[in-house]
Amino acid sequence: MEEIIISTLQRTLVAGTPLLLATTGEIICERSGILNLGVEGVMALGAVTAFIVTMTTGSPWLGVLAALVAGMVISIIHAVASVTLQANQVVSGLALTMLGLGLSGMVGKPYVGKPLTIKMENITIPVLSDIPFIGKAVFSQSPFFFLAIALALGAWFLLERTRLGIQIRSTGENPKATETQGVNVFLIRYLSVIIGGGFSALAGAHLSISYSKSWIEGMTAGRGWIAIALTIFALWNPGRAIWAAFLFGGIFVVQYLMQPLGISPNFLAMLPYIATLLILLLISLKDPRKLNAPAMLSTPYKRGER
Amino acid sequence: MIHITSTDRYRITRWRVVMTNILSLAAGLGVISIIFMIAGVNPLFAISEIFQGSFGSVYGFKETVTKAIPLILIGAGLTLAFRAKFWNIGAEGQLLMGAIFATWTGLTFGDTLPAWGIIPLMFAAGFLGGALWGIIPAILKIKYAINEVISTLMLNYICAHILTMLIVGPWKGGTRFGFPGTDSLPEAAILSVIPGSRIHYVTLILALACAAILTMIIYWTRFGYEARVVGENPEAGKYAGIDFLKTTLILMAISGGLAGMAGVGEVAGIHQYLGYPDSMSSGYGFTAIIVAWLAKLNPLYTVLSGLFFAGILVGGDAIQISLGLPAATVDIVNGTLLIFLIMGDYFLNHKISITFSTR
Repeated sequence: MEEIIISTLQRTLVAGTPLLLATTGEIICERSGILNLGVEGVMALGAVTAFIVTMTTGSPWLGVLAALVAGMVISIIHAVASVTLQANQVVSGLALTMLGLGLSGMVGKPYVGKPLTIKMENITIPVLSDIPFIGKAVFSQSPFFFLAIALALGAWFLLERTRLGIQIRSTGENPKATETQGVNVFLIRYLSVIIGGGFSALAGAHLSISYSKSWIEGMTAGRGWIAIALTIFALWNPGRAIWAAFLFGGIFVVQYLMQPLGISPNFLAMLPYIATLLILLLISLKDPRKLNAPAMLSTPYKRGER
Repeated sequence: MIHITSTDRYRITRWRVVMTNILSLAAGLGVISIIFMIAGVNPLFAISEIFQGSFGSVYGFKETVTKAIPLILIGAGLTLAFRAKFWNIGAEGQLLMGAIFATWTGLTFGDTLPAWGIIPLMFAAGFLGGALWGIIPAILKIKYAINEVISTLMLNYICAHILTMLIVGPWKGGTRFGFPGTDSLPEAAILSVIPGSRIHYVTLILALACAAILTMIIYWTRFGYEARVVGENPEAGKYAGIDFLKTTLILMAISGGLAGMAGVGEVAGIHQYLGYPDSMSSGYGFTAIIVAWLAKLNPLYTVLSGLFFAGILVGGDAIQISLGLPAATVDIVNGTLLIFLIMGDYFLNHKISITFSTR
């Protein structure tokens, strides 16, 4: 029994890690007023970049770094389109996803099915990992897990407690007034989009060099879209994103736990998507106002207009 | 110093729209060429292969028309939704739901009804399936303020899994040698094709008719006007007494229904049985988004833009074989062209002037 609890908890945390990384990135981006539907594509690009660089250099950390850079660079496209050229953010994000999925498929083709022999060692925190039940599951984990938690907490601190955070939030709420305060709205939005893209790529890196240690086309499997839903579910707060992401990680794990009980694997695979809809519905039924997104989300800002 | 200023352009001529689109596509092709070059492929050769493969031969052109059928149907429906700023990216699921409904109808009544009875029934069932799958996100958006991008996407995944559950479970046919999939549709439930091609012309005629009818609805009817107001000026719409729920339900029933009819065409015209979701649609629901965008949200123009992107799908298959490129190449082409198309919109709506000064 103890074994099952530990392994379930551990797998929940592993499955929730990429969701938390991508959701945190999307929250920062959306708080500045830019909707980025490119998460799925950027995640795929991050996954393939991290995999190739890790395999060729032998260093997982170089892989992580390369994924981060790739994610930030490709996100500039969305920033230029949606911030400078005031393009439709839904369409631009979709284009970014197509491009990311396409590039990852092309670049990664020679690497399909090749196993990664380099291991990224788990980090085990002394003392805490000796706590019965949860200790081993929570405090002996992939570095990505600790990174995800740290970045989410960091993002919360940034958004809620710092001057830059206030500027990002007010850019999403009222860019005109923000600009009057001497803040460069365009710069803030560029930064937010690029940082958000970097986070999505980290989520992809986790998938290919820590979670499954291999690259196959389509391995992101819709996680990017769930991250976008989780952004709403977390009500644009990185602190809430932490438990939201791991709740969804749990739903992924439940799939495998229930399969031996004779429940259709396809029904179980449907669960995360049904859960996403149900949970959004519950939030809305409880208090529709709570769903209030940043006021200027997905509205381009035109300088010098009333 | 270089000063770049942009001012809004209020009069946009048709000529300027066409030129902007052509220049955007050309710029997109330029960037795609660079990507091909980095990948070690001669871009001129690859691009000419794409268009040779799709428009350069009789066989290729027939395939292009075949793939244009679902793109025109879905794309035309999407223009209506997008005009109301309802971001329906769930056409993939709506197509599959249409295919599911049509397959059930075909398998159930196909042996008792003649073709002239069963075929219209299947298209009606497919429309209904797609429409039902389309109005769920409409209700969720208007009644519960749930973002339609998320809901339509989740419904894509849900529908794909429902379909798979059906074909590995209760609907699994005995004639598939153990592979998942339904039995073949009865003879009467299969759409006839133009001899020597895969063009199921009934669906093609329906697609062209739908594009024409939707154009009339959008420009000439009160409903078309209301759909636009719902998207552009919700506040004014409320004053004018527009029922948002009703308008959104109708337009999503049409948009989803047309995707459902595309599903009927794929199942009854191409595959003749219901199989895995990936094989039932080659991402038509997503490609149709670009089709609608290139058509500037005018359903009639989706006939042209549908043909163009069908050509890219067919040409993409051709270079996969001849140049050994992965299937994802088409995504790169589509993604890049889409980005350049929306970037081009800026230059359509703005007048850019660059001035040099010494200070």
